[in-house]
Order: sequence, then structure tokens, then C-alpha cells
Amino acid sequence: MTTRESTQELVGRGNREGAALFRDWFAELDEAGRNGGQSAYVFVMGSINEVLKTFDLPVVFPEINSLQTAVRRVAHEYLETAEDHGYSPDICGYVKADIGMQLRGGQHPMGQMPTPSMSVLTNACNTYIKWAEIWERMYDTPTFTIDIPGTRQAGGQTWRGDADFEADRRYVEVQLSELITLCEEVTGKNFDIDKFRQVLGYANTMSRSWKRILDLNRSKPSLFNALTDGTIFLGVANGFRGTEAGARYFERLVEEMEYRAAHGIGQAIEEQYRLLFVGVPCYPIFRRFNELFTDWGGSFVNSTYLWFASGGTNSGFEYDLTDPLASLAEGVLINVRGAMDAMFHQNDVLEHMAKDFDVDGVIYHPIKSCRTVSTGLADGRRHLTEELGIPSLFIESDMMDRRVVSEAQMKNRIDAFFEGLASRRRQLADA
Amino acid sequence: MTLTATRVFDEWRDKSLDDALFECREMVESAEFETVRRWRDAGGKVAGHFQVYFPEEIIHAAGMLPFKVRGAALEPNHADSHFGSYLCSILKSSLELAMSDLVELDMFVSHPICDAARNLAAIWGRNFDYPCQILYLPQNPNSAGSVEYLRHEYDRMRRVTQEVADCEITDDDLRASIAVFNENRRLLRELYDVKRSTPWLVGAVDAYALVALAGMIPREEHNEMLATLLAEIRERTTKQEDRIRVVFEGAFCEQPPFDLIRMLGRTCYVVDDDFHIGMRWITEDVAVEGDPLENLAEAYTEHSSYSPVQHDLRKPKEKMLISRIRDAAADAAILAAAKMCEPGLEEQVTYTHALDAEGIAYFVSEFEENMSSFDQLEMQVETFVENLLFA
Repeated sequence: MTTRESTQELVGRGNREGAALFRDWFAELDEAGRNGGQSAYVFVMGSINEVLKTFDLPVVFPEINSLQTAVRRVAHEYLETAEDHGYSPDICGYVKADIGMQLRGGQHPMGQMPTPSMSVLTNACNTYIKWAEIWERMYDTPTFTIDIPGTRQAGGQTWRGDADFEADRRYVEVQLSELITLCEEVTGKNFDIDKFRQVLGYANTMSRSWKRILDLNRSKPSLFNALTDGTIFLGVANGFRGTEAGARYFERLVEEMEYRAAHGIGQAIEEQYRLLFVGVPCYPIFRRFNELFTDWGGSFVNSTYLWFASGGTNSGFEYDLTDPLASLAEGVLINVRGAMDAMFHQNDVLEHMAKDFDVDGVIYHPIKSCRTVSTGLADGRRHLTEELGIPSLFIESDMMDRRVVSEAQMKNRIDAFFEGLASRRRQLADA
Repeated sequence: MTLTATRVFDEWRDKSLDDALFECREMVESAEFETVRRWRDAGGKVAGHFQVYFPEEIIHAAGMLPFKVRGAALEPNHADSHFGSYLCSILKSSLELAMSDLVELDMFVSHPICDAARNLAAIWGRNFDYPCQILYLPQNPNSAGSVEYLRHEYDRMRRVTQEVADCEITDDDLRASIAVFNENRRLLRELYDVKRSTPWLVGAVDAYALVALAGMIPREEHNEMLATLLAEIRERTTKQEDRIRVVFEGAFCEQPPFDLIRMLGRTCYVVDDDFHIGMRWITEDVAVEGDPLENLAEAYTEHSSYSPVQHDLRKPKEKMLISRIRDAAADAAILAAAKMCEPGLEEQVTYTHALDAEGIAYFVSEFEENMSSFDQLEMQVETFVENLLFA
């Protein structure tokens, strides 16, 4: 194959194949929804897909369903249904869009969603817990909380061999055993340890590849947009975790990114400014939101979103298949704790990202809907600015609710930010 | 080691009951937290712990003052710029207390009770040099591993506290502290018995102040005060009035303003509530014999109240609320939520649907700790009450 043919085949393949997998996934859910099939409702920060896929349970990610309604510009219809039911305008939009969908009998723009046979959640986001309580009451469905202790104080993480770490790991392992028992009850299937090892093996491939892909974006120019392309990758990383299709996809994505890095093939724009994104994207105007930056040659080379919304699998942690359950407990603990650190203690993360990815600025996008991600950003930004002196922009809007998204105001601030970056660059060049 | 010699709140002593209760209200309502300053002036150390529940026995056993960080009715002039929009007030006012030096701490502990509060330790830690810790109370108390895990977590907190206090905390120290807190829990249960059985003997705002003081004075001192004043309260000859009996629900974290409770107390009998539920979280005596940390962990998971920020399959919140209403023979519920409080606002929906199904009347409202105008709210509550009284 010539270089030209390789380029045509490889560049953009991850996006094309990701979109195709997404359609397959929702077709599976639609079928389950129409035929009364089983499903597990799970969340992106610790889906525990490794256990659920061992039982062949289709997984529904309500966060992904909800953001899809925003991207497709119909979120307001679902939000209004939930608000009419009594939910406040001041709570998470993801929750409300999902509840709106449930109240509409599972009708979603991408198909008929199945009702949950069970739900599995972690404590990485407290709203997960409140959310699952709603399904519990709505469907009398079993809910399982995998409680994962996070970092107790900034910089105070413990690791294997430390008594505190082992206490946390044991707690997670006990809960995973209890989850397996629950899955057996719900599905009527026995736990198959060999299949479990196979699922963990696929998950290992995905974690290893995900880390490699993120690292490759240090390239100049960057290879993919962490905000837009990254969201496609995240969808596969979550929905297909622990599956052969997911492992194959990520291996091929690594192949694409390595090819692009080797041949200096960046994004479609001419990269002028390398940016980090902190927070959750503005899905109600997703494409336009990105253009507000790319119009200035700004490209997002990494984000905390790609860390926490992949459940911390960016760590590259690989399970020990000879001791699968204990190793899953360790991996889940490390990964989900890492996801939480990317939200609550993100300054260390950003400091490393800023150096490794040679960034020009940091974009903070706190949102009304998500206090988990947003509460600490103003303070974090103050300290990042004081300690590192990296230019940053702080813009508030929402991930779901277009009522609190002001595109014109956002554009004014983004334009001013880039003008400042340009001025700073000129001054440095003149100095 | 226990340090109990320092007394920080004498204003209530040698006064009539009404005057003593006035002093209690004044001390609680003030955003100065004078008792904490007095403790520090006497050389004591202070551990601030954010809502909802914290095993204060561990701090007490080190001879430190456990201080309940529960915000205040003040403007967050220093803290405001450290937060974004769309957040509850208690986060900002709590940080303000520390930033404005109204309260000086030697350590701070928060818990992942909600999405906003779980950020607090990190924010605090970026702004203060003393230890700012997260205590991970189990969010899966139904797991067989939760008590063992929590015992270890409490032991970790003991180690952190020892370093701050610069002293060893022995098991005997902890047992002695548990005994002090058992007495406190007994007295608080007694206070709530009075509220439920003879609410005309103790005003809503007085009962509130008596509970809140537990979070800002040494527990031995609080025990002495409660024992003295409870005896006098029982001796009162106040006559019962024709008022409806309500349960107030929604103050598990941010506290409603004093004047809101005062207004409710003028209109109805508040016969039960979740004001400062964390200080009444454990509902029975904690075993004194045996492993004290395991006993505390066991009590947290097995003998405890409920709130919207703890998920326990054995304690569906709406059923717990209905029990609270029935046990208090209440006529109605005030379903409140702090503004921008995600768990409180979400639980409100469940509560209203459950009370509808039970045919229990309720009044839904939001509050903020530093709101100052209650005219409209009072009118609404009076209308609600009249509808019930004259139905």
C-alpha cells in the first residue's frame, strides 16, 4: 500500500469506526428495549463492565444517553418532562434528561432504551447514588454501589503494600464478590472465571492502548482534538470496555495515531495554540463550542475529561490474569481514584499535562449541572495561575441546559483570551 | 488523653431558664464562634469537621475540640472568588469562617457527602497549611466489608489526629470519650422526647440552639448544660396551644436561618426534624467495652439515623421520613431544601410523592442560611397551617 493509500485508509478511521460501533451498541440496546431484554445501567466513572460483560449484560450509560439528547438538540424536551414531574432546575441535567426519558417510556433519539435489570454505580459522583435511587423506586430494580475510597489528602495516595491501600483494596474486593453474586441472581447464569479472564484481557488491551493514544497527542501538531475526537474515543472506551470489539478498535486506533505521528499528520486545522480543557464539554452547542477555539487555531491536546470520563483507565493499569478478582479490585481502586483526582485534585495533573504537552493555555469550563467537576475549578485555577503562570480562561455554562448557555457572551470572552495569547506571544518574541 | 478543664460557655449559668436559653440562642446565632476562640486562647487545639457526621470521639480523645463546620449567616467576602456559581451557601460561608480568621483550625476534615462538599477538602488544602483530610465514610454500608473498612478508616483518622495533637490516643482514651458522647446522645434523645411529647415546653429555636451548641463547646460542658436546662424545661408550666404539629425535613447539612426556625415555632409545633442530624446520627449508646473504633464503626452502620446523603438499602429515606412523622404524631411535614443542594432537592421529589401516597400534608420550600426576609414565606406557612387547622 502506498503512503497515500495508507493515509486515506488510516486517517480518520478511528472516528468512522467509533461511529459505527456506536450505532451497533445502540442497535443492541434498541433490540433489548423492544423485546424486554436485560440490561445493566452503569456510569462512566467505574462501570465495572469487566464483571457485567462476563455475564453478557448489555450496558446502558445514562450519562451518554443524556449527552446525546443535548448534542441532538432535543435535551430541553426531556428536561421539561422531568421538571414537570417535580425536579428542580438546579439539579444535574443528565439526571433530568434520563428521568424525562424514563417517564416517556424509554424513547430516545437513538432508539428504545431498555429498562434496567440492575444498576451498578460507584461513589465517584454522589449524584450517581441519588440517580440510581430514582430507578430503584421507579422499577424496584436492584442497585449496587461499589464504594471506592479516593485520595484522602492532596498528594497522599497510597499504593500496593501500604496497609491503608490494602484496607481499601480488600473493601473493594468484597464488594466485587457481592456484585458477582448479584449478577448471578439477576441473569440466572453462573460466574465463568475463564470468560472473566478473557474480558479482563480485552480491558487490558484497551487501557494500554488508551494510555498510548493520549501520550501520542504530545506530537506537534497534535493528532486529535481531545474535545471532539476524544469524545468519540470515550464512547467506545466506556460502552465496549472488556469486549473483543473494543480491544480491536483501540489497537487500530493506536495504529492510526502512530501512523499520523510518524507522518506529522495533525488535525484539520493549522494548530496555533495548544490548549488543555478542564471540565465537561458544552454539549448543547457542541460543534460551535469547539469552533470558537479552532477558529483561532486553538486545539485541545488533552483534557481532564478524557481522564475522569474514561473512569481513570488512562492510567494504563493492566489486570493480573492469574489473580483476576484481587487484581480487578486493585485496578478499579487505582483507576476510579485517579478519575476522582482528575476532578478534585486536578492541579498536579494539569501541571504535568502542561509540561508534557507544551500547552499555551488552559480552558476551564465549569457547568451548572455538575458540581462534582465544577465546584473546585475556580480555586484550582487561582492556584494554577499563581504557581505556573499559565494563561487560562474561565467560562461557565452547562452540558445539557441551553437556557444557561450564552454563545455570544462565550465568544466575546474566548476572542479576548486568544487576543491575549497572541499579544503574549508577540511580547515573548520581541523580548 | 482528654482535656476537659477549659470551660468556654458560662453565660447560661446562674440564670433563669428563659435567660439561659436566650444566652444559648445568642451564642449559636452569632457568626463569631466565640467559644472556639476561648478554647484556643486557653491553649487548646481545634479540629473542624464538615457536615454531616463525624466520629468526634476521636478528636475528643486527643484533647482537642471537635468543631462542627456548618457555615454561618455571613457574606463570603474572601471565599466567594474561590467558587463558581450555582453552589450552596454553606460551602462558601464555611470557607469564609476560616479565611476571615473567625475560626482558626488545626485540622479540617470533610466527607464526600455530596458532589460539592467533596471538593471542599481539596480547596481548603490549597489555602491552608494544616492537614485537610477526607474521611471516606462507607457509601455501601450494606456490604459485608463495610464495618472492617470503616474501622480501618477511623484508625487512619486516629493517626492523623495524633500527629496534629502531638499525643497518643489510646483505646482507653477512646472508651472514655465514647462514654462522654453516650451521655450526650442520651441527653439529646431526651430533648427530642420533650419536643415530641410536650412541644409547648421548649420552643423550636431553643431546642435548635441547644443541639447546635454541641458542635462548638466541649461535650462535658454540653452535657452539664443540657442536664441542667432539661430538668428546668420539664418543670415549666407553659400551656399547650392549638397548633399543628410538623416535622421539618431538609436541614441535614446547610442550616436554615435562625429566624426561619423562629417563624415556624411561632406558627406550629416542630415536633421532630433533621437539624444537625449528624450530631444525633447514632441512635443508641455505643458499646464502651471492646475495640472502641470497631464499636464506633458498627454504630455508624448499624444503629444510625438517615439522611439524603447516605444510601442504605435498609433505610429508604421516604419510609424513614414517614416513620419520623408517625412517631412524632405530626400532622404535616415541612419539606425544605437548601438552595442549590442537589441531594436535598432530589430527595424532595421522592418525599412529596411518598407523602401524597400516604395522604400526609406537606409544605415545600427552599432556604438559604443567610436569607433575611421571611414575610412572604411566613404568609405561605400560615396559609398552609390554617388550611390544616380549619379543614
